[in-house]
Amino acid sequence: MAENNRFELKIIEPDGVFFEGGSDFLEFTSVEGEMGVYKNHIPLTTILEPCVMKIHDGGERKKAAILGGFIEIQKERITVLAEDANWPEEIDVTRAEAARQRAKDRLARKEAGLDVVRAEAALKRAVARIQTAK
Amino acid sequence: MASMREIKRRRGSIQSTQQITKAMKLVSTVKLQKARQRAENSKPYFQYMYKTMTSMLAQAGEINHPYLKSGNSDKVGIVAITSNRGLAGGYNANIARLIQSSGFEKEKVRLYTVGNKGAETLARKGYEIAVDYPEVIEDPTFEDARQIGTRLLSDFSNGEIGEIYIAYTEFKNTVSHVPKLMKLLPIDPAEMQTEEGEAGQLTLMNFEPSEEEAIGLLIPKYVTSILYGAFVEAVASENGARMQAMDSATNNAEEIINDLELKYNRARQGAITQELTEIIAGADAIG
Repeated sequence: MAENNRFELKIIEPDGVFFEGGSDFLEFTSVEGEMGVYKNHIPLTTILEPCVMKIHDGGERKKAAILGGFIEIQKERITVLAEDANWPEEIDVTRAEAARQRAKDRLARKEAGLDVVRAEAALKRAVARIQTAK
Repeated sequence: MASMREIKRRRGSIQSTQQITKAMKLVSTVKLQKARQRAENSKPYFQYMYKTMTSMLAQAGEINHPYLKSGNSDKVGIVAITSNRGLAGGYNANIARLIQSSGFEKEKVRLYTVGNKGAETLARKGYEIAVDYPEVIEDPTFEDARQIGTRLLSDFSNGEIGEIYIAYTEFKNTVSHVPKLMKLLPIDPAEMQTEEGEAGQLTLMNFEPSEEEAIGLLIPKYVTSILYGAFVEAVASENGARMQAMDSATNNAEEIINDLELKYNRARQGAITQELTEIIAGADAIG
């Protein structure tokens, strides 16, 4: 892929810079739905759902679990501010499965005083982790 | 002049105190290094978060969002970040003093304390402590910040507090830590300073979902990240302050030991002289 199709990508999490490098196509899920971004996209800021972010570069493809945050897209530069980010090899699948089960149980029981938003967020995070690790 | 034995005992006691302060200094030096590294690693995230917020609010102009104006309550919520342990010089006292001299009336302040020392001091002064999170400061995580942030925002939305401030110690460098009171909510776009040069070339940004919704979603994230940033800086400052305090304690102990050493030698010499004088006098009397 030609060099001029690439944009700069930077993923920052609270503990430091998670990823910095080039990419020519980026896939992720925002609160509005799934999105794919090439170079020269219109400037856009949007909020991210916990999701699998796919970073394409030439023929290569990297996956990372992005657990909430937001993304700022500019023509030649994309910055992701993730609340937490993991590479597939950093993810403990058994733990993520357990977390998913816990969140599902909590939602299924529909107890009074249940923080639905929080349980759903936990479920989404667990699912994003599991999908990334696959 | 104190007796030789007494001086010796005092010197021994000060020496063991010095050993303790020396050890504490070493421990806090190591901790400081770790905490400083952490604070530095987290900087890019907060700088970017702040930049995004400023450019967003600058562009958004007059948006009518509850988070951007004072609530109905005249109460002020202050997050006071101190440590759980003392012996850190003026570190904890400075935060308490900062809050007392902030100009807010005692009755109107609701405190959200992180760290025991500040909570104890301020409760004694008659401040109302709404919630205390002592364990957080031991090892602050982003999740802790999120929980506290959620609590603050819900109290703000419920009208229990009308403004939110955060009192923490800014970590400038190893020897300079500045207690700081910072306004968290409502965000006043006019108060946020845009970096120079940056302001002129703001690209027109689009938002998805709409600007108002995006602001509603972003502000909790902003609050969380500011809290987390303040926590990690406070931990670095705490260890820096303790390192300094213990360093001067060690030096002071050294000074006292030297002084006692001198006194001890003088007392010993005095005793010898006296003994000699007595012997000579005795010999003279016989001869």
